[in-house]
Amino acid sequence: MEFALDSGNTAWMIVASALVLLMTPGLAFFYGGMVRAKSVLNMMMMSFMSIAIVGVIWAVYGYGLTFGADGFLGIFGDPAGLYGLNNLGDDGSLAAGVGVPLLVMAAFQATFAIITVALISGAVADRMKFTAWSVFVLLWSTLVYFPIAHAVWGGGKLGWDSSLTPTSPIDFAGGTVVHINAGVAGLALALLLGVRKGFGREPFKPHNLPFVMLGAALLWFGWFGFNAGSEFAADSTAGRAFMNTMVAPAVAILGWLLVERIRDGKPTSLGAASGIVAGLVAITPAAASVDTWGAIGIGFLAGVICALAIGLKYKFGYDDSLDVVGVHLVGGVVGTLLIGLFANLDEGTTWAGAGEEKSPANGLFYGGGWDQLITQATVAGIVIAYTFVVTLIIGAIIKATIGLRVTEEVEMAGIDLVEHGETAYEEAK
Amino acid sequence: MKLVTAIIQPHRTEEVRAALEAAGVKGVTVSEAAGYGRQKGHTEVYRGAEYTVDLVPKARIEVLVDDADAGTVTEAIVSAAQTGKIGDGKVWVVPVDDVARVRTGEHGIDAL
Repeated sequence: MEFALDSGNTAWMIVASALVLLMTPGLAFFYGGMVRAKSVLNMMMMSFMSIAIVGVIWAVYGYGLTFGADGFLGIFGDPAGLYGLNNLGDDGSLAAGVGVPLLVMAAFQATFAIITVALISGAVADRMKFTAWSVFVLLWSTLVYFPIAHAVWGGGKLGWDSSLTPTSPIDFAGGTVVHINAGVAGLALALLLGVRKGFGREPFKPHNLPFVMLGAALLWFGWFGFNAGSEFAADSTAGRAFMNTMVAPAVAILGWLLVERIRDGKPTSLGAASGIVAGLVAITPAAASVDTWGAIGIGFLAGVICALAIGLKYKFGYDDSLDVVGVHLVGGVVGTLLIGLFANLDEGTTWAGAGEEKSPANGLFYGGGWDQLITQATVAGIVIAYTFVVTLIIGAIIKATIGLRVTEEVEMAGIDLVEHGETAYEEAK
Repeated sequence: MKLVTAIIQPHRTEEVRAALEAAGVKGVTVSEAAGYGRQKGHTEVYRGAEYTVDLVPKARIEVLVDDADAGTVTEAIVSAAQTGKIGDGKVWVVPVDDVARVRTGEHGIDAL
């Protein structure tokens, strides 16, 4: 089928792709500031290594496994004809309906694959071998991210016409594919790695809170591309996603700081930065399907619930060092489930998505009954189960072969010096 | 000759330096230090986790003076650094055998 190229949509998607790619270096600052001075370079390098590895494998085979025709080996898209992004550059090769060249769409989606695996690095701070991380990035992207993204977005089993849910699942920009996925993987890896030496006894004080604030700012800026770009067009739905991406993190800051004020006595800068990310995570799946009140509700609940959830690691004894579980898994679940309450698909031009047999329903608060909540919970549950099991298997294989963790001496001396031969500062301690 | 060493609140450093200059002191060395006295440390909270910070930041000031000036200099530091709150710090004076000025090779009082 022939489509006309839409220059407005294409221009927006090119810009949005660049915005989303910037999130991963932003994440490097967000995470880097939270670790001790002796491991900041390793922390940041894990994000940059994700760009390097996923950037290549996405172009070579990842796009094909994700967006090729459904059914390859049961869980992938069929990459035949798409290796190296072959045949995507032709003039007539445009995305259906929006008139954007498929090469631009492939670049946009590459940035999602990159940041998802990078998010996991927050759970393994200070102690994962760099070679083990690199192998993990390759295997996890291939065996977890590509199949999940295919299932939800690539025409697979959790898409519009999913036979597993009563209505069409809604994951606009990656509540399940990106955040629940990364959060569950972080939990699995943290369990396999074990706790850092001194966890729960010694202080692991963030060494540079201005870096954390800078990182949160870059993430928010890039996230406008992430959410509003997920419409694949410069239209009013993109505008709604953009507005919701502004308001949800703002109210999430307030929610997080309210918890801190009551529980700890003082509102902190780390809390404000964390609130931004919690709000962004939760609004991600819902960005186009809720009205502004819904965005305020989701943002506030995400700020409060994530601020409370970060204490779980001390209660259960897993060292999710920088709270990938507390922010991304919990925030992702909050956003994904709250669609079942707040979805308002009647609001103007809010939502254009639907399958051939099914369509999404309004949330409980908007007269749609329980169906959409059941749908959302089903998809979240399937992603959690698949990702947890496969991540554990990948981690266990790496652990049994090249090893996951640096030695205790390396951990004490600082992973920067031993794994990279560098220190970030003159006297890193 | 005497070495006067003061551990003070970092935010009083400029006042102390000005007071020493007014007292005729020609040179002073200031360094960042950390420690605790009766003030003890304090607690900080990061993402809900409480950390006790045992060593609090202080400024360390060192001045070499002639024996006769030691009392004046000590008093100048004390009055300039004092806030009256716990954690203001300490000043102590120790004898010095010899001092050499690196540029000229002078020794003793001439090197001050």
